[in-house]
Amino acid sequence: MSERPAPRREVVVGEPLRRRPVRQLGVRSEIDEQTEVGGAYVRGLMRSQLRAGLCGFGVLALLVGTLPLVFAAVPDGLGPWLSGPALVWLVLGGATYPVLLCLGHWYVRRAERNEQDFVDLVEGQ
Amino acid sequence: MNQAYAVTAVAVVVVATVLIGGLGLRISRTTSDFYVASRSVPPRLNAAAISGEYLSAASFLGVAGLVLAQGTDMLWYPVGYTAGYLVLLLFVAAPLRRSGAYTLPDFAEDRLESRTVRRAASAFVVGVGWLYLLPQLQGAGLTLRVITGAPRWTGGLLVAVVVTAAVAAGGMRSITFVQAFQYVLKLTALLVPALFLVAAWHGDGTPRGPFDEPPTFRQHTQVQVEDTLRLRIEEPLTVTVTGTVDATRYRDEGVLLEPGTHTIEGGTDLRFTPGSTVPRPAEHASAGTSSWAEPLSGSRDAHPLYSTYGLIVATFLGTMGLPHVVVRFYTSPNGHAARRTTLVVLGMISAFYLLPPVYGALARLYEPELIMTGGTDAAVLLLPGRLLGGLGGDLLEALLVGGAFAAFLSTASGLTMSVAGVLTQDLLPSLGVRHFRLATVLAMSVPVAAYLAVSDLPVADTVGLAFAVSASSFCPLLVLGIWWRRLTAAGAVTGLLVGGGAALAAVAATMAGFPEGGWPRALLAWPAVWSVPLGFLAMIVVSLATASRIPPGTGATMARLHLPEGATR
Repeated sequence: MSERPAPRREVVVGEPLRRRPVRQLGVRSEIDEQTEVGGAYVRGLMRSQLRAGLCGFGVLALLVGTLPLVFAAVPDGLGPWLSGPALVWLVLGGATYPVLLCLGHWYVRRAERNEQDFVDLVEGQ
Repeated sequence: MNQAYAVTAVAVVVVATVLIGGLGLRISRTTSDFYVASRSVPPRLNAAAISGEYLSAASFLGVAGLVLAQGTDMLWYPVGYTAGYLVLLLFVAAPLRRSGAYTLPDFAEDRLESRTVRRAASAFVVGVGWLYLLPQLQGAGLTLRVITGAPRWTGGLLVAVVVTAAVAAGGMRSITFVQAFQYVLKLTALLVPALFLVAAWHGDGTPRGPFDEPPTFRQHTQVQVEDTLRLRIEEPLTVTVTGTVDATRYRDEGVLLEPGTHTIEGGTDLRFTPGSTVPRPAEHASAGTSSWAEPLSGSRDAHPLYSTYGLIVATFLGTMGLPHVVVRFYTSPNGHAARRTTLVVLGMISAFYLLPPVYGALARLYEPELIMTGGTDAAVLLLPGRLLGGLGGDLLEALLVGGAFAAFLSTASGLTMSVAGVLTQDLLPSLGVRHFRLATVLAMSVPVAAYLAVSDLPVADTVGLAFAVSASSFCPLLVLGIWWRRLTAAGAVTGLLVGGGAALAAVAATMAGFPEGGWPRALLAWPAVWSVPLGFLAMIVVSLATASRIPPGTGATMARLHLPEGATR
């Protein structure tokens, strides 16, 4: 009896070949599969990007959006050597554009850093 | 003005446009090439194309004309056009590219999973596009008339035919090359004469006071009045008249014009002495205004601070919804490149906008009589002849005329491209490139018909309308669609119709001359201040009320809009 080979026993323990890739890919698959956790990561990225956008918009409103009030407050400009219209001409005709460019440059760097942080988070798992 | 040089310049610009368009045709091999340049245009080229497309006749001629007619407050226009790109960069650029859609209606349908939203957005795209095409055609008509005396319809028709042919033949790829070429052309055409003009101003002893109010003649000036003018005189003014003033004939006689309104018959010669005030036309308070900005500047006198904020809101927030601007973002390879491209655009249009204020200031000094005759849009074109004269003046003038035509052509082709894209996708069965060509003809024929039918009416003021409508409809749709998960299709449609509809109705009422004055008029002439919040409010309130109908795919769409391309498999 003992020589008889024991009946082959098959134990089904799951799907070894199609193991879910969760452990290898972590956050990335959470995002791909639309899980709660993945959604939270996307929300986090969106929040940081929205904050960057609102920040830039706030500075724009503060620096450029208040200019009409400034011009209204000093209709005569800065004394005899710079009349009111000449001041408006200098500010709106030239000085505003570098401000807009700096804001844009700052935002692009900030947004790209946010995205890099996010990628690091995903890859780092 | 030397007609031969100017006509040659126009011909060269038109031929170069067609040639470069044809070059693109040979490159565009697939349907994808044809529509979106296979999404592979590198940022610099794409940025030059975007800038070339964006800098319309209103920028090239209108800004300087406005500064001449109304003073330096008008410089809010170029600042607003540029800041609009910054706002676009802050909230829209990268997610819009990542949405993978091609037009605004594509974005709306993709995000909200509803055909109704798509149709509403399509209607607004076509409407805004047509509103914006009309003044381009009219500007071309005016320019060609100033240069050659050709009938008004010639210039508009010329632009319409060239643009239709270029767009229908080459699609987006060829348009990209054409637009990039036209940016370089426009910048050169404004920069080179500006250098000579500033040098001439320096040689003239750097006269000061270009912005003194009221504007005065600096030297003996002779003005030949072509069409009968009605002038409003504020202070007694002595002029030497040969011709008919207030139904009395004069022959080289000094006439004292008392304060009040005076009629100058066509064909009359007026000579002004240095130091006398430049009279303004009496017809409308805004006459002498650039025809590209009329409604936005129509009631500035009454409530200037409110009007300025109306202009700021419309341009800062309206840029993102202009159909020809948005369609360009799909040609960037990815969201990252879209952002970089927008930053380069910001630099390119900033560089360009440093120049029109210079022309405006010089025009105040050297050709103030244009304020009187109402031809301020021609100020840029006429300056070289006035300051330099001779062969050099003629050549620089030709360069400016060429640049102005590039401006009409590039903006008109971008608009035609996007309107035709929407028509192809939503009105005609999408069977391929053949229908796109048909749609191009349709996209151009409606504004051409309107242009020919109403060329005598001040319809050119529709540029301001386009910005206000776009800010009140597409700005809420894009910003909420990209950043707010709870937006529903019902909310989006309501917001589009309420915000955009209110802006449309307000400016239509203003153009019809109602109401007469005071706050009601200011509020209707500058609707963006209240219609943009109204659009946002309507979208948010209705979305919250229909919270059970949030599109099921919202989570996935949001992830696609915001995740960097490398982060998903």
